[in-house]
Amino acid sequence: MMKIEIRGGRLLDPAGGGERQASVFVADGLIAALGKAPDGFRADETIDATGLDVCPGLVDTSARLREPGFEYKATLESEMRAAVAGGVTTLACPPDTDPPLDEPGLVEMLTRRAEGMRLARVYPLGALTLGLKGERLAEMAELHEAGCVGFSQGDGPLPNLATLFSAMKYAATFGYTVWLRPEDAALAGGGVAHEGEVATRLGLAPIPAIAETVALRTIIELMAASGARVHVSRLSTGAGVDLVAEAKKRGAALTCDVGIHHLHLCDRDIGDFDANCRLSPPLREPADRDRLRRGVAEGTIDAICSDHTPVDEDAKQVPFGEAEPGATGLELLLPLTLQWGRESGLKPAQALAAVTHRAARILGVASGTLEVGANADLCLFDPAKPWVVTPQALSSQGKNTPFQGLELTGRVVRTIVGGRTVHAN
Amino acid sequence: MSLSHKASVQVGPDGRLRHLLSTEGLPAEMIRRILDTADQFVSVSEREVKKVPLLRGKSIFNVFFENSTRTRTTFEIAAKRLSADVINLNVGASSTTKGETLLDTVWNLQAMDADMFIVRHSQSGAPHLIARHVKPGVAVINAGDGRHAHPTQGLLDMYTIRHYKKDFSALTVAIVGDVLHSRVARSQIHALKTLGVPDLRVIGPKTLVPAQVERLGVRVFTDMAEGLKGCDVVIMLRLQNERMNGALLPSAGEFFKCYGLTAQKLAHAKPDAIVMHPGPMNRGVEIDSPVADGRQSVILPQVTFGIAVRMAVMSMLGSP
Repeated sequence: MMKIEIRGGRLLDPAGGGERQASVFVADGLIAALGKAPDGFRADETIDATGLDVCPGLVDTSARLREPGFEYKATLESEMRAAVAGGVTTLACPPDTDPPLDEPGLVEMLTRRAEGMRLARVYPLGALTLGLKGERLAEMAELHEAGCVGFSQGDGPLPNLATLFSAMKYAATFGYTVWLRPEDAALAGGGVAHEGEVATRLGLAPIPAIAETVALRTIIELMAASGARVHVSRLSTGAGVDLVAEAKKRGAALTCDVGIHHLHLCDRDIGDFDANCRLSPPLREPADRDRLRRGVAEGTIDAICSDHTPVDEDAKQVPFGEAEPGATGLELLLPLTLQWGRESGLKPAQALAAVTHRAARILGVASGTLEVGANADLCLFDPAKPWVVTPQALSSQGKNTPFQGLELTGRVVRTIVGGRTVHAN
Repeated sequence: MSLSHKASVQVGPDGRLRHLLSTEGLPAEMIRRILDTADQFVSVSEREVKKVPLLRGKSIFNVFFENSTRTRTTFEIAAKRLSADVINLNVGASSTTKGETLLDTVWNLQAMDADMFIVRHSQSGAPHLIARHVKPGVAVINAGDGRHAHPTQGLLDMYTIRHYKKDFSALTVAIVGDVLHSRVARSQIHALKTLGVPDLRVIGPKTLVPAQVERLGVRVFTDMAEGLKGCDVVIMLRLQNERMNGALLPSAGEFFKCYGLTAQKLAHAKPDAIVMHPGPMNRGVEIDSPVADGRQSVILPQVTFGIAVRMAVMSMLGSP
């Protein structure tokens, strides 16, 4: 097997929090040593990382790959390329495909195809209920065996409380994690933008903040009663962060993430009905955004996800309220995380914790570290390189992003998965 | 982070009006110019021959994705008095039901050499989308989009208020009823604030007042008598039938009891207060007949002024 030395780069180890100039030695697809070569190590390939930062490959807790069923929006191939172009080497994909990931055959097909591409590592989330309809439980044990790392309703509505409670108890039986997006469907009913000044001005149907907090309180209650472990997907409100902080303080087995867009944008950014800012959950107020930013820095929010959702242009070239929610994100996750870190006074290694080992812990996989013996999943990036977000600059088939035309700093130069270069720029 | 938001679609970098999409962002000077231009057209409407040749040879497309005979007719009359050719399309009943996208519909009509689109759509922001995608030189007038805006209605209301009250800078104005769903209310609020109204109020039950509306510069009242106290202008909003009985309001009767404008409630306003309504009225729901037909009502003059204001906007957008 290949032996590789990556030399001259600055190692960023989010798990250890350290930054140092050192070589990485890779053998048999694993990290063999850092700094000093193991005895008798002779590199077959030497990669010059002078001027670059070397960190664990990014772990994304939510990226839609759009297959099966939405190939006109994006394909597994295009989005896997987008992942590695963004330095993402491990990702979880939600089950809201068509058909939804509610039977083992579909999951096996997806993971087998993804493995065949030899790009990023894909961990599907299984459907919590059949067809995501919120009525009958999906075969969780079977789905788990097929490779699902958790169970979710995707962006669909939460089941009624009796079914949700039952699903959580069933998942708890086997120790599976239930991934839930906290939104009360009736309170959010038909809304398209955060309830506040902007939605009032623009005359957009509102989604109140309590749609999130009411659902969150309910989930926390049901967790305690069912004993289930829960991962809360994509918080959007400041009050939600406070609720999670409180629950964690009491020792609840709760983790949560936030979409990268929600750390940088707020409802003001909708401007004159920019459909690229139609997201789910909606962009909220500046104070919510600031609380979310602090929430990640203090660790209340465990991970930042790309919430990657490629949407075809036709589905965005419509009035705001009819536009399909979502934004492309895989290739923006790294620069936007670094930017949040800089603006929060964090060192790059600290900032990257939320997209590496803290995210991997949620998935229950051994990724996102530079430990000796870990998979050699690495991201080499130029931390100072400015680039402009244009359709041409993105590998994803989804070009839908509010950051269109903006200059970001930090560009992936090389992505390595299991010791193999899968992307070089 | 601040996004690179495009400059206003409505007003060009040269300060000229390119489209009329919302009263928000229209400078006071521009609103005054529209009202002054409308002044000249009021006299045209009083002449024997009610036509001027300002838009001769121009094609104006009335594209209504949401049905409305009233508003469409007023635009049609205004366009005809400016000598334009008017084409009426009730799109709600044709293209979109066949699955054509909004922009495809617009591009098709543009290919028929339209000079101006008058657009009504049930979705807030639809006219913005269209304005962003038409050829340079083609103007879009928003004739009502979702809950967002109905700028010509807002402007004709400004014309009416100026006609009766002259100066905006000392007025107390109340907007009453279903503010939540009202694009008319939003257009009035922005225009009244821009023109310097110092005391602007909205009155209604909490279920019909949108969140954080105070940030638009209004004071919220839930009590009708208190809200009407000392008002110079009382604007009643239409309550849609489907909102009368349900989760927002128990009944039309109870709404009338609490918020319907009766002579008794109107007595809380100044004796010379004017009463306005954008029409069509629900008599006995938001307004009592003796008030609608009474000496303080200026509801029919609003309609007359509406033609002149729409002529003013069209002439400003359509002349080189």
